[in-house]
Amino acid sequence: MSLKLNEVKVGDTHEEVVVEDLKRTQIVQYAGASGDYNPVHTDNEYVTKVAGYPTVFAHGMLTMGLTGKAITNYVGDGRLTNFGVRFSKQVWPGDTLTTNLTVTEVATEGDSPSISLDVVTTNAEGDVVVKGTATARIDA
Amino acid sequence: MPVDQFPVEAGHIMMFARAVGDDNPIYRDDVHAKSSETGIIIAPPTFVQASAQFDPDYRLRPKPGEPWFGSGREPSGTPDTQGGTAARGLHAEQHYEYHRHIGPGDVLSAKSIPGKTWEKQGRRGGLLKFSENVTEYRDQNGELVITARSIGVITEKAAE
Repeated sequence: MSLKLNEVKVGDTHEEVVVEDLKRTQIVQYAGASGDYNPVHTDNEYVTKVAGYPTVFAHGMLTMGLTGKAITNYVGDGRLTNFGVRFSKQVWPGDTLTTNLTVTEVATEGDSPSISLDVVTTNAEGDVVVKGTATARIDA
Repeated sequence: MPVDQFPVEAGHIMMFARAVGDDNPIYRDDVHAKSSETGIIIAPPTFVQASAQFDPDYRLRPKPGEPWFGSGREPSGTPDTQGGTAARGLHAEQHYEYHRHIGPGDVLSAKSIPGKTWEKQGRRGGLLKFSENVTEYRDQNGELVITARSIGVITEKAAE
């Protein structure tokens, strides 16, 4: 699956729920896979009594990974050329996150056309948790 | 983070994709991958973050015989201040530039270049100390495959 130049235009959108009711176990899974074992993400005893948070929270990079899934589902596999985000709010167990992509530019110069995307992931309250941009190659 | 040898492995890619809830067969199914555009299993966009596994000194991994700031018998295994600092380090931004998509069999190395540092008064977390870091991931042939730029922030107190 990949996007074609004649099928995409500025203003096109893609919306995807990237996680529903985030489980603490998924945060543990991410710690194991990524190697980031910071106990603020998995250790309730530590995070409440020492670090001073209400409970554990997701790695920013888990939220970015979840967001990336929406992008690759839209642009296709192996098509991404840039992906960047700013983390604006913490993601907690129980959160449901939705990623919204908007096409901001379709570049046709050269022999390899590409698109630019505005990337926003929000929680169920509508608060933005990550915001960023991505670019990807598309088919001529 | 700097690493000398980051072997990209199929099982690791599968586990990483599972952890980000991505069931796309391009991350685990060799037969599917062969018939797809990429021709090979590739890694999800944020996979190189897992290079932490191959950094022998990575400070956010417990090591045998060394104090660990997470809980055991006590809420923390190190004096409050030390764990506190680690816990107040948050990720502010992350950017990737993909020069080529990596897959099983690639052996990457990563070199980090410290970037700018600056301070800002935050609304909720007190004084915020930002630092930028650029990491270049190269493959077994020395070719640049991914450029990562991250911005970290240390807050004075727990962010809400």
